[in-house]
Amino acid sequence: MNIDIEIVEHNSVIKVSVRGEIDVYTAPKLREILFPLAEKENANIIVNLSDVIYMDSTGLGVFVGVFKSVRSNNGKFQLVGLSGRIKRLFEITGLAEIMDINSRMEGESL
Amino acid sequence: MAFRETMELKYQEILKNYIKDQSETALYQGQKFSRKSIENQVTPEEIISLHKQLLEDMYPDLPKYVVHSFDILLEVILPYGVAYRENQSLRDQKRELRSEIEIAANVQQTLLETKVPVVDGLDIGAISVPAKHMNGDYYHFVQDENNSISIAIADVIGKGIPAALCMSMIKYAMDSPLENRPEPSSVLENLNRVVEQNVDPSMFISMFYGMYNHDRHIFSYASAGHEPGFFYDGKKDEFQEIHAKGLLLGIDKKTKYIQYEKQINQGDMIILLSDGVTECRTDEGFIEKEVLMTYIKKYADLSSQEIVTNIFKEFERRQNFQLRDDFTLIILKRDV
Repeated sequence: MNIDIEIVEHNSVIKVSVRGEIDVYTAPKLREILFPLAEKENANIIVNLSDVIYMDSTGLGVFVGVFKSVRSNNGKFQLVGLSGRIKRLFEITGLAEIMDINSRMEGESL
Repeated sequence: MAFRETMELKYQEILKNYIKDQSETALYQGQKFSRKSIENQVTPEEIISLHKQLLEDMYPDLPKYVVHSFDILLEVILPYGVAYRENQSLRDQKRELRSEIEIAANVQQTLLETKVPVVDGLDIGAISVPAKHMNGDYYHFVQDENNSISIAIADVIGKGIPAALCMSMIKYAMDSPLENRPEPSSVLENLNRVVEQNVDPSMFISMFYGMYNHDRHIFSYASAGHEPGFFYDGKKDEFQEIHAKGLLLGIDKKTKYIQYEKQINQGDMIILLSDGVTECRTDEGFIEKEVLMTYIKKYADLSSQEIVTNIFKEFERRQNFQLRDDFTLIILKRDV
């Protein structure tokens, strides 16, 4: 039940790295950090999930909320580094078709 | 209060005893006294005042600086007393809230009650167990005049009380007459509009909606981002994932849902579930889908209700009887 969240801003791109588990216990912390970022006009947010070992539907709820908020503020929101299991969550819920979850991380080989 | 009337005398006795011989017994008496005084809501500053006053009575020649020092102690301890009382009242409030939640959970159960329909030739079993007080999973049966049964299975993303309240709203939307024919895709489209308009923007619902026509034995269905269930082909003894695409309810009010159909033959099963079943975590890792299939085969000869109950028990045992997510499983078996 642990989560570590690191934020780096570079050239007005906000990179958020999440490490640990995203579930009903840790999702509020993630929400607290991401929601204010998403409310800024023209925000460009990339969330890296490659160190997330577990995520359930509560985590999905946080990301959908962020996605909606970013969209209404003309921003950009990407999720990168999704494990197979997490990707499946986005696919089942139909979110993979409306959210950007397939971009590659910088420096990742093709 | 009886304790308050006698506490001065009791404390004096304990104090005298200890000053006389510094015995363990006297210390123990002190501990007992303190428990009693907490029970009777005596504040720490009251005890210090009492101590000071008794000392002055017992030793009239007590140096002035000792007497004065108690004023400082009293001043320092005062906020502790305040903090303690705050804590006490929070504890009372917590107890009150908990009992209100229990009542709410009961109300929810009554509100969401649904009867498993009894139909010739179709054996239906359903189980839904919440991980916490209130269930974020939900299932609902509607029996139509035109020889069909509708089944909705849903999961509110976001757990606990808000999710449960949201579910009650959905049920009422489902029970109220719909403009269109109750085709699964149009039911989902209608509900999507309700959820989109009425629910907190960070709350979403996944739902699978199916309609079984027991004249033609056709199962039509549509899914709003819900965890896929399975068809079991009795003849081939094989499972097949129920493929249905569709976005969660409450994200985009213009979402359209695709409707699918499947012929159900004698000996076939339809297995519907929530992600508490397929995303089930144990200390050794996830319980894989294959495990669920093995259990279904293991209990296949029992009635559908017995199958779902037995599978729940197996999963509960694998999680050391500590459910991490709401668990819902429905099985429909065509037996004639």
